Formats: sequence, structure tokens, C-alpha cells
Amino acid sequence: MSATEWPLWEVFIRSKQGLNHKHVGSLRAADATMALENARDVYTRRSEGISIWVVESNYVHANDPSDSEEFFEPSDTKIYRHPTFYDVPDGVKHM
Amino acid sequence: MNNEALFRYLLRLGDDSLILGQRLGEWCGHGPILEEDIALTNIALDLIGQATSILNYAGEVEGKGRDGDKLAFLRFEHEYTNLLLLEQPNGDFGDTIMRQFLFDAFRKPLFEQLIHSGDKQLSAIAEKSLKETKYHLRHTSEWIIRLGDGTEESHQRIQKSLDNLWRYTDEIFMTDSVDEELTKNGILPDLSSIRSIWEETVKSVFAEATITIPTNNWKFEGGRRGRHSEHMGYILSDLQYMQRAYPNMEW
Amino acid sequence: MKELSISELEARFQDKIDREIKIEPNDWMPDEYRKTLIRQISQHAHSEVVGMLPEGNWISRAPNLRRKAVLLAKVQDEAGHGLYLYSATETLGADRESTIDDMHEGKAKYSSIFNYPALTWADIGAIGWLVDGAAILNQVALCRTSYGPYARAMVKICKEESFHQRQGYESLMVLAKGTTEQKAMAQDALNRFWWPALMMFGPSDKDSPHSAQSMKWKIKRLSNDELRQNFVDATVPQAEILGLTIPDEKLKWNEERGHYDFSEINWDEFYQVLAGNGPCNRERVEARKKAKEEGAWVREAANAFAAKRAMKKTA
Repeated sequence: MSATEWPLWEVFIRSKQGLNHKHVGSLRAADATMALENARDVYTRRSEGISIWVVESNYVHANDPSDSEEFFEPSDTKIYRHPTFYDVPDGVKHM
Repeated sequence: MNNEALFRYLLRLGDDSLILGQRLGEWCGHGPILEEDIALTNIALDLIGQATSILNYAGEVEGKGRDGDKLAFLRFEHEYTNLLLLEQPNGDFGDTIMRQFLFDAFRKPLFEQLIHSGDKQLSAIAEKSLKETKYHLRHTSEWIIRLGDGTEESHQRIQKSLDNLWRYTDEIFMTDSVDEELTKNGILPDLSSIRSIWEETVKSVFAEATITIPTNNWKFEGGRRGRHSEHMGYILSDLQYMQRAYPNMEW
Repeated sequence: MKELSISELEARFQDKIDREIKIEPNDWMPDEYRKTLIRQISQHAHSEVVGMLPEGNWISRAPNLRRKAVLLAKVQDEAGHGLYLYSATETLGADRESTIDDMHEGKAKYSSIFNYPALTWADIGAIGWLVDGAAILNQVALCRTSYGPYARAMVKICKEESFHQRQGYESLMVLAKGTTEQKAMAQDALNRFWWPALMMFGPSDKDSPHSAQSMKWKIKRLSNDELRQNFVDATVPQAEILGLTIPDEKLKWNEERGHYDFSEINWDEFYQVLAGNGPCNRERVEARKKAKEEGAWVREAANAFAAKRAMKKTA
């Protein structure tokens, strides 16, 4: 990175009370204070948020997509984790 | 109570927002990085919004059928009463930030006190504008510190911006019969109390930014009386171009 | 797990595309797909940013406070859109600063429409109506593009842009209902912007080198000519409502095709402007270069300051 280029930050926004922060995009900023303000100016111009998180992109770790088979497919067969796996007679209520 | 004083005060308040908003608008598309381009435009938008509500109200107070647009676009140069500081050219990014900071540091305590104004509409305008101004001051203070305590070059540049603009700051706190009458009637706070808050803000930010207030104490004034710098004519020839070239049309 | 060969990877990739599964940043993708995307998205980003200039010229001269605020907000949106798009290219491993340098050096293009001057206030209306109108058609199609970050940026941009076209049309409507001078100003703007707007969709399909592969990869969802036709069909009735005349004598509804017929575009002009010979090419690139160069000390200072503060914290 050149002396004039700022690090990349990922931006997460909570759109309203009660919801999770959601990734909305990225931006450049020299430090965290600036990243928050830039996020405010860039990503909440139309009242899209009430809370902002910024994380320097370097610090985001992701799984390798080529590992998805071993990461995610094993859980596909564990259908007993879902309520629809179980039979309950008609007429049983509040369950 | 004399409406003339309130009208004249509202013009000052509105012209400050209008002329600074006009200046900041020149940055749009030319900022040092996209993120800051967007930030500066947000400040410009806040200022144009303030000018709109303040000048509309000024028109109502005047009661001669002039609205915000008429006041913004169709006065002669000597009838604009903004601070000289605000019509100064954008210069480099540091000049723009310094001009904005010196103004924001004044506007914030001013709006804080105007909320308690005996004039309800002015108080409502102050309440909305205060939220905007707090953010502007925060943004510009941070930049002053970054530039002052950044590189050798940025330090020198922002020091030079301060050296150039400091002479326009005394005018911010000059009072005349307009202010005195409104203060007496509970419409305006006492500007001297705001000056000490302003001084505290600028001193602490400059200390952190490691820049120093120049010793040259010669002060300029004239904007509040409609006596402007040479820059003003050019600002108005842009601002008023359409209204002057095509009079009496809707846009 | 056994290593997959390139052709197996390519087959899997194409299969995903065919099943409308979005491609995400870390997924395997053919080099050419990545390159095409970087080229297209950064070109799109440059267009947003260069597009700020012709309209930005009129911010200081907007005729009233409402129009001034609207124009500021609109041009600011373009900066935001440029930024969303640069973000999307960065997910592909391209670096924003170097893609911008490519544009400044003439290695990367931006939309030619912005090489035409904005001469009157009516041009601001015409740009909103025609240029943003054309851009929106293209962008709506791109909301379904196969690359996830690009598609998401497009969805956000389309949402925000819907006001751009409307404000332009509304502004022209005022002129169309106004004085003789105002009507003439509006007609003149349409005369100058109509053909450049049609050129925005790019070369005719038969001369568009990258199109076929881009359609197969679903980077593009509609062809240049299809989009152009959609634009003409949508815009002609809008011009009628304004009471303005589209500068094309051959423009005529074709009952059989269910579309408007229109004249051939002046492709010489198109390629000349693309090659750098438009009325404002030099000024536009110079203005962007100047902004970057004059902002260098600011960006450098912010980095130096951040480094100092980080040192203080750890000390």
C-alpha cells in the first residue's frame, strides 16, 4: 500500500433497534474514527441505520469455499435437529 | 419589539449558511478522496438547508412578500451580511477545513444558546441546526488535528491556513445595535459568553494539532455591514446567474 | 479430496451460473471472468465519478435553493455509487487506487456521455432524464448479474437512483411549461443529449466483442441493442408529455415489431469520443487527476497521523 492509500474497512449497519448489524459494503479510512464517520456519510445518507460497526478488512477471516463440503454438508443430514422431523398426533396443541 | 432587528439578524444567520454552503458546493467532485467528497457535500447540504429555513423565516418577519429564494438570489452585494471569513476562497483542503472549523466552533455554542431564544421559530431552527453543527465540528476538529499532527507538509499547510484566516475571526463576535436589541429582548444570547467557549474549543484543538495562533492581531470586519471582499462579487455572479439572466421565471 | 482440473472447475462454475447461483468473492472463477468483471465494474465506477463533473459545474449556479440542494444530493450520490462499485472491484483483488490510475492514464474507460458539456440549466434536467434514465435501464438488468457483490451494489444503486431520473424529468417539465426561452432551452438540451444518450448502451451487438461471453457468464443480462431499444420505447412517450421533439426524423412506431424504429447512430462520433476526442475528454480526466494529486498530502497526513496514534497506544 502506498503512503497515500488508506486501509480498507468493512461496514456493518443495524437498520433498526432489534435487528442484527448487516454487512453493507466497504470503504477507505486512515483510522477507526474516520472509518465510522465515513460509514455514516457514505452508507446512512437515507436513514439506513442507527448503529455502525467498522472492521478493518484485514481482520476478517473467512473459510475457504473449497472446504464447503466438509464444513457445511454434514449438517444437511442431521434432520432430527428440525421440529418437522417429529410426528405429533393431530389435535395436540401448543407444541 | 422591533421586527427590523430580528429580520436583519436572520439575514446574517442565513447568509452565513448560504455563502459557506455555496463555497463548499464547489468541492463536489474534487475532494481529496471519494469518502471526504461525500462528507463535505453532506455539510454543504446541511448549510443550504439551514439557509433555506432561516431565509424563509426572515422573509416572513420582513412581511414584504419575499421568500427565502428571493432573499438568497436577488439582493445586491451590499445587502448580504455574511462574515468575511465565509466568503474566502476554498484554497486547499486545509484552508477549507480551517474556515469550516473556526465557524463550527462558533456555531455550536450559538445554536446551543439560541435553543433558549424567546423567539419560538428561531429556537426550532437552532435545535435542528445544532445536531448538524455538532457533527460538522467533530469532523473538522478531527481533521485539524490530523493535518496538524500528520506529516511535516500537512503541519506547515494547516498552520498557514490558520495564519491566513485568523484575521477574520474577530468579526464573528462583533456586535452592534441589532444584536444589542435582540439580546435585551431575550431573542439572542450574549455573544461574549459564546466567545469564551469558542476560544476554549479552538485553543484545545490547536494545542492537540500542535499549531499556534498567530500573533498578528490586526482584525478585519465589514461583512456584517455589507462591505465584502473582492471574492463576493464572483460568488454572487455564480449564485445569481440564472435569476439575473432569466428574471421572473420558475425553475 | 482429489484436485479438480481446470476444465472440471470451469464446468462446475458454468453449472452454478446456469442454475442462477451467485458467484461470491472467494469462489473459484475463471481468470477471464475475474478480468472481465474488474474491467466492467471499474469502468462503471469511473463513470459514476467522472459523471459528477458536468453536473457539479452547475451546483454553484442552480436557480433556486431547492434545486441546489437536489443537485448537491444527486451529485453526492454519484460519488457514493462510485464508491460502492470500487468496493465491488476490491472484492476481486483489484486495488481502488490503481484502477483509478488506469483511468487517469487512459488505460481504462468511462462512459462517453460525460465527455459532452453541460451548457445550460436545462442540461441538468436532460442529464437526469436521459442519462440517468439510460443508466437505470442498464443497472436494473445488472441487479441480476452473476457476481454477488456487483449485483448487491446494483440493487443499492438502483434504489437510490430512482430519484435522479424523476428530478431531471420534473425539472424539464417546469421548463416545458415555462416561457419561450425556457422551452427553447429544454429542446436544445434534448437535441444535444439524445444521441449521446443512445450511445451509452455501447456498440451495436454485431460489433460488441465481449458481449457473447459476458452473456454466457450472465455478467450482462440483456444485449446493448435490446437495452437501447427499451430505452427508446420508454422515452418517446415521455418526450411527448413534455411537448419536446426527439431529434430524429426517422423515429416512428413500428406496429409489426411493437417497437419504435430509429435512425442509425453516428458510430464515427461514438468511436471518436471513445478514443478521447470528445469535447470534454481532456478536461474530465484532468479534473480527476488534479483532485487525486492535490489530495495526496491530505491522505498521506491522515495515514501518518493514524500511525503515530497507533504507536502511542501500544507505547
